[in-house]
Amino acid sequence: MTVATSTRMPAVAGRRRPRSRRRIRTSRILLGALGIALALIWVFPVYWMMNSALLPNVILQNTTPTWLPFGGSWDNVIAVVQGGTFFPALGMSVAVALITVVCCLAFAFLAALAISRFRFRGRRAFVLAVLLIQMLPAEGLFIAQYKLMGTLGLLNTVVGVSILYIAAVVPFTIWMLRGFVAGIPVDLEEAAMVDGLSRTQAFLRITFPLLAPGLVASGVYAFLQAWNEFTVALVILPQSSSATLPLWLRGFVQQSASRATDWGQVMAASTLVAVPVIVFFLIVQGRMTSGLVSGAVKG
Amino acid sequence: MTAAEDTRVAIPRPPTPTPAPMRTPDGPRRRRTPLTPYTLLLPAILILLLALGYPLVWQLVTSLQHFGLAQQFGKPADFVWFENYVTLFTDPYTWVVVGRSIAFCLVTAAVTVVIGIGMALLMNAVHKAIRIILQIALLLAWAMPVVAAMTVWNWLFDWRRGVVNYLLTAGGLDFQDHNWLQNPLSFFFVAMVIVTWMSVPFVAFSVYAGLTQVSSEVVEAAQMDGARGWQRLRYIILPIIRPVLGIVLLLQIIWDLRVFAQIKLLQDKGSIASETNLLGTYIYQLGVGSSDFAMASAVSVFVLLLTVALSWFYVRHLLKEDES
Repeated sequence: MTVATSTRMPAVAGRRRPRSRRRIRTSRILLGALGIALALIWVFPVYWMMNSALLPNVILQNTTPTWLPFGGSWDNVIAVVQGGTFFPALGMSVAVALITVVCCLAFAFLAALAISRFRFRGRRAFVLAVLLIQMLPAEGLFIAQYKLMGTLGLLNTVVGVSILYIAAVVPFTIWMLRGFVAGIPVDLEEAAMVDGLSRTQAFLRITFPLLAPGLVASGVYAFLQAWNEFTVALVILPQSSSATLPLWLRGFVQQSASRATDWGQVMAASTLVAVPVIVFFLIVQGRMTSGLVSGAVKG
Repeated sequence: MTAAEDTRVAIPRPPTPTPAPMRTPDGPRRRRTPLTPYTLLLPAILILLLALGYPLVWQLVTSLQHFGLAQQFGKPADFVWFENYVTLFTDPYTWVVVGRSIAFCLVTAAVTVVIGIGMALLMNAVHKAIRIILQIALLLAWAMPVVAAMTVWNWLFDWRRGVVNYLLTAGGLDFQDHNWLQNPLSFFFVAMVIVTWMSVPFVAFSVYAGLTQVSSEVVEAAQMDGARGWQRLRYIILPIIRPVLGIVLLLQIIWDLRVFAQIKLLQDKGSIASETNLLGTYIYQLGVGSSDFAMASAVSVFVLLLTVALSWFYVRHLLKEDES
């Protein structure tokens, strides 16, 4: 998180006349109130999801919303988990996410090494391709990918959807890791080699440990992408028995809508999907911002 | 900033980076370029070719063919060259969808960036405690998976027992049982609110990171010279953070063009698809809905070209960073 030294303006306010100082103080109070109000608006949907998840449906039926936190009943969550479709979807999501993370890290790490430690013909073209590919929207390719997976017989399979996820996530992961690899000076490795280590040993003992934070950040990024992805999954996994969690959640909402929507259970289902993501996201977010706008921020 | 940024700044790369190659070419034949980098790139290139390269080529070819349900079942596809594109771009509905997508994307991106800048300035101006509260709230919103977020917002805008209708009615307006998703205009308003809610945190954090680079001396000097708040913002702060603003706005435009998940999940609630389609859902409807793969491919190619054109500036900016 960026908790940088503040560059607030009223530092020079002391020399002002008292009346103006009072005006500055009231305006600061107003700004503070505005800040709190905005924080409440932005956090409200997240709060409302969890709050509704823990309220019995009888209370949710009321026309007056129940604002106060946590009715404290886990019935909805239990009902959702025992519904029988949650665990298969969870298993599917975990499998897809794991394969994506592992392959992505391995492929991206090797590629990042190549582009930040070597100058070779075609390097610029590769970097350009990586940067362009990461901008391509899933919507622009999913019909063709659907046909491809149909031909390969990989529709509704973990492997099929994982291949597409790896390809979608690897470009940005390469870009992210490139920054980390480039941040470790080659001199360090060379010094170790002068001290008698082989190139591989120098790499494993010196560079690799320094890269660990980068690998963790990229891994969490890949995990989040695979875990949250909806668009490609919708096309590649049409069978409800092979749904990942986002598809399961959508199916759950639709199923529930045919009766009167049981919002308590729907919100419990959303919460189950969202909580792991929120936890992982809080770990990785600083790096994601800096990767996307790096360069611009540092002028 | 993060550790990554710090190390990158603390240890600048040498101006002429010629890192030692992995193996000195001591064999009988000297190679000009060592094979190692290509070997390292191989896995990434292979998976990209399989999962993106092949579909891309297939799509280009198919968009020049007649490819519908019959071809699905084995009938060979015949080449019609640009007929699909002609059909597509002479169909007024295409232009409706294209216009709608662009309008939605520009308006949403503009609203998002303006609110994001406002939030960043606010974070800069308020007490540290309030700033942290605001940052935590934004992070939580940012962390929500798209599908979960859409589900909650559907609940908030639910016509019978949604909080939004309740609050508006309590505020004296007649929103009892108002269905927001039936009218296309209010459908897109709801979509805009949701997409903005999702995207503001990224903008706010990026711009705030930019603001922390503005030195307080410069701002104070301007203040002593008599620059008022608005003038300081307009002539001192905004020019300094302009690079960040440009990138952030560009990314928002590109991202708001691809809102398939959001629109699809709102359509699920029972609005008429043809009145609320954007480019992504239109492709889905053509390809998955009516199995017209040729037309779906043609629209996809159009979307890809549009994205590449828009992304070009961003990519050029990143390339410059790579070369520095």
